[in-house]
Amino acid sequence: MKIVVLVKHVPDAQFDRHLTGPGNTTDRDESILSELDEYALEAALQLSEARGGAKAGNEVIALSMGPAGAVNAIKKSLQIGASSGAHLSDDALAGSDAAATSLALAAAIRYLGADAPVDLVLTGMASTDGETSLVPAQIAERLGLPQVTFASSLEVNGERVVARRDGDAHADTVEATLPALVSVTDQINEPRYPNFKGILAAKKKKITPLTLADIGVDAAQVGAAGSLTAVETAEARPPRSAGTIITDEGDAGIKLVEFLAAQKLL
Amino acid sequence: MAKALVFIDNPGSALKKSSLELLTIARSLGEAAVAFNGELHDDVAAALGAHGASVLYRPSTTDLDDYLVAPKAAYLAAAVAASGAETVLLENTADGKEIAARLGVKLNAGVITDVVGVDADGTAHKSVLAGSYTTTAKARTAVAVLTVKPNSVDVEAPAAASTPEAVTIDVPADATANAARITGRAEKPASGRPELTEARIVVAGGRGVDGDFGPLEELADALGGALGASRAATDAGWIGHDYQVGQTGKTVSPQLYISAGISGAIQQKAGMQTSKVIVAINKDAESPIFEIADFGIIGDLFKVVPQATEEIKKRKG
Repeated sequence: MKIVVLVKHVPDAQFDRHLTGPGNTTDRDESILSELDEYALEAALQLSEARGGAKAGNEVIALSMGPAGAVNAIKKSLQIGASSGAHLSDDALAGSDAAATSLALAAAIRYLGADAPVDLVLTGMASTDGETSLVPAQIAERLGLPQVTFASSLEVNGERVVARRDGDAHADTVEATLPALVSVTDQINEPRYPNFKGILAAKKKKITPLTLADIGVDAAQVGAAGSLTAVETAEARPPRSAGTIITDEGDAGIKLVEFLAAQKLL
Repeated sequence: MAKALVFIDNPGSALKKSSLELLTIARSLGEAAVAFNGELHDDVAAALGAHGASVLYRPSTTDLDDYLVAPKAAYLAAAVAASGAETVLLENTADGKEIAARLGVKLNAGVITDVVGVDADGTAHKSVLAGSYTTTAKARTAVAVLTVKPNSVDVEAPAAASTPEAVTIDVPADATANAARITGRAEKPASGRPELTEARIVVAGGRGVDGDFGPLEELADALGGALGASRAATDAGWIGHDYQVGQTGKTVSPQLYISAGISGAIQQKAGMQTSKVIVAINKDAESPIFEIADFGIIGDLFKVVPQATEEIKKRKG
């Protein structure tokens, strides 16, 4: 089975995150592998291992699009267990919105499937920076793949993909046939950590650098120029300041209600 | 006159407030039309007319609900073409965003999610990076696709109701080809409380509730609010994942957010820090939640919360 997992290098949400530059793009210092992508990688590794792993010819390719630093998200994925990596990087990609990103990634997935077809594209439910959840659905649309998104469980039996998708009012069973695109939620599994053996093994794994020329995408179709939306203004929200803090002396519940009444919230 | 098309998936027996909010925004942009999927009850059709819908588009097929997202996007693309709409408005739900995503590719249209306001010129307002920035964004394309969060505008109806024209849209024959099929559906029990992302008041519990959400449920009911939880509480299995507020759960922006027994780590803050008023109850005075609380109580939630509930009931008589 050949699986491509999309991994994104995102600013660590533990720290303050910033928008910067004329295009109000995300500042990517202090970046890490997006936490939500670890679930997709874990799902891919489990599917591969259940079929005998790399020895049996199964492949898990970690694909990332981003500037030089994004290679760190791929390296982390290799340490966790991906078999190889692909890094799509090109100056012309800077400032890409979801439409431009999905266009470039779809082309990269086609490129990776040129020798042997890709059976499954796995992604997280959203990036932890842009948080739009648009890219997986757009890649499925561009590649003409069945879309099985927000999966909280996933089974692949032969060519059949069966997933559970939880909504607020109901939980659905969703079925499709391979090849397919699946996005997974953080409910699907417990991602593993890289161990010492994995960290050593990762050094021998291959990361294929890809440019727009390699994947046959014109620079005008991506980046700020090819994006269909533009962020025009960005303003840092003033930090919330602490209000009144009291220590309960037996009547804090009443004081709370008095506060709510004063704020006209009752 | 500019045209805006609102997508309403399965309007059901009564229109949701969020659907009326989308119609209100559509009318502020120009002539409003609705593309719906599923059954349309007569009184729902009348309500759509009362809120200014000039045309009601319906799909030619009844099996769109048997598939995930893709054929609904194909139907909506055909409805956009028929209506000549420049703006398409959808709910900011998982399905809404993904229908918008695919529609964007089909129409080569810019998609903006998590919108909280739309100017007359189509500029969309949203907040990003977990509420740390507010931005304006605009589609650079002939058609703009926007998914709008609930409670973004006050619902307004025009002075005179319209009698909408009914138009059937032919769903492309290949719309369901290669689409994932929904083969089973388990309904979840209804709580009777408002939907978490739409609620005016949210009462949320974390590690400190130690498995017992009872007191918080009573407070939520006394206030007519929704129940929420931190990831620690959902991961512990004390309450369903649907209730999770935070980076990997739901983002809420209610008038009042009451946080009980939640430390307020970044993962939780990401989902609630744009709430209008934040009240925090925690035993630990060092909890980061107190840095963003408008009113904080250092104390035992099992004492404070029931006392507050009782006082509210007393005042409401």
